[in-house]
Amino acid sequence: MALKLKAVEYEFVETDPYNKNELLLKTNPVHKKIPVLIHGDRPVCESLVIIQYIDDVWGDGPSILPSDPYQRSLARFWAAYVDDKLLPLFKELKEEKDKDAKKGIIKKMSENFILLEDAFVSCGEGKGFFGGDEVGYVDIVLGCFVGSMRAIEIVMDVKFLDKNTSPGLVAWAERLCADSIVKDVIPTTQKLIDFIAARAQQKA
Amino acid sequence: MEKSNKGVKLVGFWVSPFVQRVKWGMKLKGIEYDYIEEDIFNKSPLLSQLNPLTGKVPVLVHDGNPLPESAIILEYLDERWPHAPLLPLDPYERAQARFWARFVEEKILESTRLAALRSEGEIQEREVKLAIEHLEKMEEKLGGKSRFFFGDDTIGYVDLMMGFVAYILPVWEEITAVRILDAARFPNLAAWKNNFLNHPVIKDDLPSKDEMLTYFQWRRKVNLKKI
Repeated sequence: MALKLKAVEYEFVETDPYNKNELLLKTNPVHKKIPVLIHGDRPVCESLVIIQYIDDVWGDGPSILPSDPYQRSLARFWAAYVDDKLLPLFKELKEEKDKDAKKGIIKKMSENFILLEDAFVSCGEGKGFFGGDEVGYVDIVLGCFVGSMRAIEIVMDVKFLDKNTSPGLVAWAERLCADSIVKDVIPTTQKLIDFIAARAQQKA
Repeated sequence: MEKSNKGVKLVGFWVSPFVQRVKWGMKLKGIEYDYIEEDIFNKSPLLSQLNPLTGKVPVLVHDGNPLPESAIILEYLDERWPHAPLLPLDPYERAQARFWARFVEEKILESTRLAALRSEGEIQEREVKLAIEHLEKMEEKLGGKSRFFFGDDTIGYVDLMMGFVAYILPVWEEITAVRILDAARFPNLAAWKNNFLNHPVIKDDLPSKDEMLTYFQWRRKVNLKKI
């Protein structure tokens, strides 16, 4: 999404995270995880670090982080919050087999979304995205989950974002999915549903 | 509410390594600020108001705007007060610094703190082993070439994030009688520790060792439900 925003051309190397290849192990020996951005011959790891790097290097394009230092810090804060609080819950949800336990995790996630609703209102200053009029850092960091959330909502017949408690985020998710930065980049809902089903079968 | 919102305030707790990082950052940049000591076991309404989400210290308040999280505060200091930069100026080096700072926080701090304050027996042994593995990566990063991480001869962001290893880890090792940072095994880190503790900004601004010993001994007992 960040590369699309900056109109940077890149080569995408599909890697199976469950069957790691040599390139991944060589470029991220510390964590052995995707994503890894390889710029020239230098690897950059960790998605939040990579997005900030892209913003730093391709300074001519639209900014990903806000220009005001305080707003930048708040954006970093919320991005870290998504990574530290929401992401582990997503992972737990994927691993959890018991339906009731899954519902418990979704409830916890909804509580986090209520907090993020407040963040959306204050960071976005009443505009369409966390970044204001345009997609920004927090939109990307949170937005990358929107596709998976849609798929899980269909598969499990649940709702992550409630119109009553997070109306701003419900509208934000629609707006984000319609934006070319997201639409042309994230996998289709059907592809994600198929992926979830395939993984569930593999584990069974 | 404050009558004057102008200026810099830091809300902290005397023994917190997270607060200490911010104090060092401000001292390196010569930023004047008012320090507000907070009893984290008896939090004031001020802290709840400034950091409603986690209620933790440090919180920096600049011209009335609150900002929590030490790593984020340090980046903010760099952006507002760009002289004496803490992070490297080159984008690739900055990315590396941010990567390693997260590693320090998520791996080294986690494992050493768990080993020292929250575990015993087999779990503690496992955490000690993990901590040593993680430290090996920092040892390799130093490579015996530079006095500090990334800054070569200048103390910077990753050094401040690692700082607790220099002055708190020895206290933790003492209270648990485990050895994590063995100078013979980690000569580069031992040299870095020495350089760090002797830096003019660091050496006069550390909590008392005796007070830290008492405090952390108490924390370990509470965490292991021995009191």
